[in-house]
Amino acid sequence: MTEFWTAVLAFTILLYVVLDGFDLGVGMLLALMPDERGKRHMLAAIAPVWDGNETWLVVAATVLFAVFPLVYSILLSAFYLPMFVMLAGLILRGVSFEFRERSNHKAFWDWCFILGSLVATFVQGVAIGGLVEGLPIVDGRYAGGPFGWLSPFAVLCGVGLCLGYALLGASWLTRKTAHDVQALAFRILPRLLFSVLAFLMVIFVYSLALDLAVMDRWLERPVLFVFPLIGAALCALMARAIRQRRELMPFLCCTGIFAAAFATLAVSFYPYMIPFSVTIADAAAPQSSQSFIFWGAGIVVLPITVVYTLVVYFIFKGKVTERDTYDDTPKLPE
Amino acid sequence: MEITALLLSRIQFAVTISFHIIFPAFTVGLAAWLCVLEARWLATGRPVYRRLFDFWRGIFAVAFGMGVVSGIVMAFQFGTNWSELSRRTGAIQGPLLLYESFTAFALEASFFGVLMFGRDRVPKWFYLFACVMVALGTTMSSFWIMVNNSWMQWPVGYQELPSGVYEPTDWFAIIFNSVVWVRFPHMLLAAYITSAFCIAATGAWHMLRGGSRAESAIMLRMALGLAAFLVPAQMFVGHLVGDYTHDKQPAKFAAIEARWNDEQPASEVIIAWPNEKTESNDYEISIPYLGSLIASMSLSSKEVGLKSFPVADRPPVLIPFFAFRIMVGCGLLMLGLAWYGSLQIARGRIETQRWLLFAIFLSFPLGFVATLTGWYTAEVGRQPWTVYGVLRTADAATPFLTAPQVATTLVIFAVVYAVIFAAGVAFIFRLLRRGPASPAAPLPEDSNPKRPLSVPDVGAGPTQTVDLASKGGAS
Repeated sequence: MTEFWTAVLAFTILLYVVLDGFDLGVGMLLALMPDERGKRHMLAAIAPVWDGNETWLVVAATVLFAVFPLVYSILLSAFYLPMFVMLAGLILRGVSFEFRERSNHKAFWDWCFILGSLVATFVQGVAIGGLVEGLPIVDGRYAGGPFGWLSPFAVLCGVGLCLGYALLGASWLTRKTAHDVQALAFRILPRLLFSVLAFLMVIFVYSLALDLAVMDRWLERPVLFVFPLIGAALCALMARAIRQRRELMPFLCCTGIFAAAFATLAVSFYPYMIPFSVTIADAAAPQSSQSFIFWGAGIVVLPITVVYTLVVYFIFKGKVTERDTYDDTPKLPE
Repeated sequence: MEITALLLSRIQFAVTISFHIIFPAFTVGLAAWLCVLEARWLATGRPVYRRLFDFWRGIFAVAFGMGVVSGIVMAFQFGTNWSELSRRTGAIQGPLLLYESFTAFALEASFFGVLMFGRDRVPKWFYLFACVMVALGTTMSSFWIMVNNSWMQWPVGYQELPSGVYEPTDWFAIIFNSVVWVRFPHMLLAAYITSAFCIAATGAWHMLRGGSRAESAIMLRMALGLAAFLVPAQMFVGHLVGDYTHDKQPAKFAAIEARWNDEQPASEVIIAWPNEKTESNDYEISIPYLGSLIASMSLSSKEVGLKSFPVADRPPVLIPFFAFRIMVGCGLLMLGLAWYGSLQIARGRIETQRWLLFAIFLSFPLGFVATLTGWYTAEVGRQPWTVYGVLRTADAATPFLTAPQVATTLVIFAVVYAVIFAAGVAFIFRLLRRGPASPAAPLPEDSNPKRPLSVPDVGAGPTQTVDLASKGGAS
């Protein structure tokens, strides 16, 4: 049963990363769009789904809380300041969606949206970096002080994730939009792809230089190299799709790249949840908790949730126009 | 008082949860109200219901958005500031919150998209279904939260492991105990009553201003009529909540009553200034026998006082005492307004009684104030425990947090919340002021069923959207 919940946790985190990743990415890319019509068009591409996307963060957090309370309590208290900064970012961008349409200070809420997206993404990247590098844990408690997670490596991962989400966001835009917004997306995609690859290389070399404990696992388990290779193949495929101006293909490739990166991390941590101090078995909640959620939430509600998430995406399939937003002002001539 | 990380964490939790609860208290009832309006619009085809629906949907959107974003904070705060609590009770609280996010949060978030953007993309029945799902989601959410909070008030069905972790042993007892099943209806009724008074106040406001007459009349009639039943029901359920407190949390009950000494028969303190230093009340006005009557339905029962508990196990007295009285006062005011208002509506006189309309208009905060003070009574009264009788608040906090750290996040959140609260309230106010009816703009369905401009009926600004579409149709 613990295996089931580990898989669910991995699935929900990956789902969150891909789904909120693209709308956080679009949020950051909003900075590149100068005119109001284009901005509305970009927002329309994520407006009906961002809320549902963000929900997966809460779902992942509650799975962690319910099934691995020890990890939940260690990680959230260890990343105390970054967590709150991320939450502040998510709050600001969440309300900006609706506020910008009603406000006389559109630019203010636009910047809240852009910066909120940027900060939330950066913090997520920093947290992953800090986790990979290893947190100081003593007796099942974080022992690193307020900034124990902060390091050049973590910052590097933060910047890398910003580029990654922007790539995801741009590839979503090629699919969901048309005209100038789509053109903008196609224009920046190659640059973003190149930057992401460059960052991945730097992070890889840096982690070799730091001699991270994670890297030893790679020598023990050469099979791990499969995932980066899949990722590399997908990058090549994506580059081709962008050149051919394919609309859907870049997003699918990008999703695949994120999945490959995620799998790389997950397999190099396994069986640890916090490398290398807390294992899955250490952290798991008692059997009575796991089976209580398994028979209801696990095998009944979760599949239904996935189905209606798909249904909602299906309802909003196809292209959007700049009108499909939280529209509040008549734009037709009187 | 020394400024510690613990104190700041408590303040931070109080600030964030008080901010959060305002929005669910409003949207749980509004979601149900939207279902009723949509169902009536489908059943009768009267445009007035559709106009009301579109009007309230816009307000719902703003409040719902703020509820969602402020709710995310709650899911993380257990781990950030209360890591010992989450480590030790995670096996119980985690699954309950997981059920909340699985059954409720995901449901409402997904169908909210359909509610806002999907009217032209789905069949009519499915749109109504989406409304119902959003309402169901908000209700399920409050259910699981109440189960979770009730476990903290009255922990049952668990055993403590050597590691200090509380292992659940009886989920049935955790979910289906009497405490949950009086506190959940209490919260649900509070939410419905809060929304009802907001709707009635909006109706009264527009009636006073002379616009949207049909809409105002419907809002007043439906909202006050509902409140006329729900407020007395709430008082009955509230009494049951008092009963459980009396039986299971006697220290909290004594604090609410500001009863310092054991009394037999007990008198009821109506108003006083409880003085924790002298362990007595200043300026007390009390009624003999009434305390025993309220607590035990007898004229001779012995009621326990605060001094029967060690000082370390006593809750603060001032906050529960006054919060409870404010809550009851709001309830009585709402009862009077609902009954008298409904009577005047039944007699067809409401429009001429401007002072009554004015009073109803001013009544919109009553539900919020009652909900918040009710929560303050319950939560402050539970102190010094986080899990009543089991885990002290001081032992639940993250042990290594420093005061500057918590002060930093508290300031960040105070600023962020102040900004979005001010903006959100301003936008809701603007939407409310605009009113549901724009007489010049008939509904698109009335004028032209096949709108040449298929502007998706998105948008939270319903009257404007309707405006836009009908103008498009006319041109």
